[in-house]
Order: sequence, then C-alpha cells, then structure tokens
Amino acid sequence: MSGYQALTYWDLVAASVFLILNAVFSIALNLGLARTLIVSALRMTVQLILVGLILKAIFLAGSLWWTLLAAAVMAAFAGREIRARQARRLSGLWGTGLGAGAMLLAGSLVTLYALAGLIRPDPVWQPQYALPLFGMILGNTMTGVSLGLDTLHTALAQGKRDVEARLLLGGTRWEATRPALRQALRSGFTPIINAMAATGVVSLPGMMTGQILSGVDPREAVKYQLLIMFLLGGATGLGVLGATFASIWRLTDTRHRLRLDRLDTR
Amino acid sequence: MLTIEKLRTPLVGPVDLALEKGSFTAISGPSGAGKSLLLRAIADLDRSSGFVALEGTEREKMPAPDWRRQVAYVPAESGWWADDVRDHFAEAPDLGGRLEAVGLKDALSWQVSRLSTGERQRLALIRALQLGPKVLLLDEPTSALDPPAVARVEILMKDCTAKGCAILLVTHDPGQPERLGARHLYMENGRLSGSPSREDAQ
Repeated sequence: MSGYQALTYWDLVAASVFLILNAVFSIALNLGLARTLIVSALRMTVQLILVGLILKAIFLAGSLWWTLLAAAVMAAFAGREIRARQARRLSGLWGTGLGAGAMLLAGSLVTLYALAGLIRPDPVWQPQYALPLFGMILGNTMTGVSLGLDTLHTALAQGKRDVEARLLLGGTRWEATRPALRQALRSGFTPIINAMAATGVVSLPGMMTGQILSGVDPREAVKYQLLIMFLLGGATGLGVLGATFASIWRLTDTRHRLRLDRLDTR
Repeated sequence: MLTIEKLRTPLVGPVDLALEKGSFTAISGPSGAGKSLLLRAIADLDRSSGFVALEGTEREKMPAPDWRRQVAYVPAESGWWADDVRDHFAEAPDLGGRLEAVGLKDALSWQVSRLSTGERQRLALIRALQLGPKVLLLDEPTSALDPPAVARVEILMKDCTAKGCAILLVTHDPGQPERLGARHLYMENGRLSGSPSREDAQ
C-alpha cells in the first residue's frame, strides 16, 4: 500500500466543481436539470458517507451477527428491487419470494464458496471481505434475475396463443414454454456477458481501478478482478436459471396448462 | 366415444354431452355464451370439474399431453410460434394430400406472417388432423373461408368422421349443421340445450 494518497473532505469539495459548473449551465440555459442533478448528488453524498460510517463500525465490531445483519439488509433491498423491475409479476408472496429466493440462494452459495474456498480470510466471515463481495455478487445477480423474470413474464403473457398452440399439439409445459424461456435466459445473461466482453478494453472495472489507485500491483489487481468476474458470471447464471425455471413451474400446472391467472399486471 | 358429465368451469356448465363415434355435433349460440370456453375446458386447457372420459378412460387417468393429442382442439385463432409454416408440421406421408385437399399444396414453403386468416384456419385444422385424434373440437373452422373453400374443408371433416372420429364444432353458419348431418345444439349462458331459446331463434 505504498503509493496510497488519502483524500481530505476539501478534495471532495474541489472535485465537485465541474458538477456544480454543470448545474450553473443548466440554470443559465434553462434546462431544468439543476434541481435533479443537485438533489441526486447530495443524496449520493449522504448515502455513501453513511455507508462508510456503518461499514467502519461493523469492521471495528468484528461481529458475525452484525455482518449477517448488514448482508440481510442488502438482500432485502435487492429483493425489493427485483420486484419493482417487473412489469408483470407472480401474484401473492411469489412475486417477491421467487426472484429474491433465487438471487439469495445463488448469491450466498457463490459468496460462501469464494470466501471459504478461495479467498480464505480469517475468520471466514471477516466483514472487510464478505460484505463487498456479497454486495457485488448480489447486485449483478439482482440485475440478471429481474431482467430474466420480466422478459419471461412478458413473453408468456403476450405469447399466450403460441404457448397454448404447442400445448394443444401435445407438447409438455416445458416444451411449450421453451421459446419464452430461451428469450428470458438470453436477456438475463446479456449484462454479464457484455460486461465480460468490454472489461479491460473499453473501461477498467471499478474494483480494479480502486486497487490500482491504492497502490496494488496491476497484475495482482487483474487477478482479483478475474476472480470476481468469474464469481459474478456464475452467480448471475445460477440465479437467472433458478428463477426462470421456478417461475415457469409456477405459471403452469401438472395438467400442463398455462396459468396466467397466477400473474399480476401492474 | 367422448362422455362428458357435469362439466363445470366458473362460466360454463354444468354440461352433459356424449359424442358418438363417427358423428358430427354442432353448437351455435350468441357470442359470450361460453362455446369456446366449453371447448377449452374439454381439452383441459382451462380448469374444470366433472367427469370427462374418452372410450371409457377418464381424462385425469392420462397425462394432459396424451389427452390433447387424442381430443384435439383447434381454437378460432391459432398460434404460430415459428416464422416458417414448415416448422409447425412434422414430416408425414399423408400431409401433402391433406394440404392439396384444402387448396394449400405449396403452403409449407410459405411464411406465417404472410398467411391470410382463412389460410391459417385451414392450416391449423390440418396441423391438428396430423395428430391422428379420435375427437376433434373445432371453433368456427370455416368462418373466414369463401364458399368453395368451405366445401373443401367440409369434405375433409367428413373424411375424418368416416374413419371413425367424432367432431364437435362451434359454428355460426346456419346451413353447416345440416350439410354435415350434425346433431345441432344451442348454447346460452354457459348451458347447452337441444333447441334455441326464443331470442336466439329470431
């Protein structure tokens, strides 16, 4: 950590000069963006400072229970986000539970595997490792799962006639929903595939940039980034697969009927 | 052949109906009476209660895909999931003959998006016939066809009953039940009866 340059709060104020300049332009040109721009910048500042304080407290406490509580709060926010991002969602508790469950299962499995098997901090749940890792994995899985479910539900609702045509010709519920499933999986996997394709060529990933800025050898930073990308890809894939298959299972029944009555429209 | 007793859904029934081997049964009635819903319920596409059996075997005793291959339902508007007509049909020796019989000899090489409503209707009927069903449930199979095409489809349907299958069709064509020699039933408010009520008879 030899080359690490600590920032003061005055540095941050100075860094916001260009953002404030944008707000001034907006007012001068009457673009109406100044208000939103300033509000979101302030909101971000408060959120991040709070997160910094909370993480500092959790790191100091070094308690398994506080770490788990923080992870649970993150998962709850992500679960709510999955629900909000679907135009059509399963009715009842399934609407939140299915997507959040798939995300949590895939995310926890991959996080635990990485912590216990690969990174091996001591103790295994050490919050400096566990929380950022879980956060990254959860965030990506959340995006994948919500895209996958949204695409699946729209495809089934709009393609009802096509799905039923295949059922009527003696297809099983899995055969009849295969085109919708394929569409959903493709859309759920797209962000992570795009991220893998662009990483390092178009942009340096945030985590790697952070490590390099804090003085880590770029080759070491790359190794960490690769590890993370593999974990993110794996977790997203598991989450999307689990969520879409479970949702098809819920939206059909054992008599191979399409059960759109189990879907709510917002 | 097909026995239906006390078939019920939230909007239809109770309905009792028996279809004889090699027979035609026609249902007419005002729109919204539940004719299409009745066919969907028989095909087990909507949930229903009651007793439905094919040649003595109860519907619930066989997997739903098997049931639908033997009791084939062709909705008024059919679904086409691929771009080409060919992808909706399996290769079979009798396919070409059937397509020719309804005047669609070259249809396999066409694109679904360019089919007319009447072409879709005829192709959907043939797609169902290819399953070799014992019972056919047809929802207005000739509503979008001109008189010569209607005649061709009726010949195809008669071919099927001559080979022993039973056909239940919904129709708004007043002459069709007689041309097919069908038992004619009326549906109103989800119930079947042997003769139209006063309003419907006008």
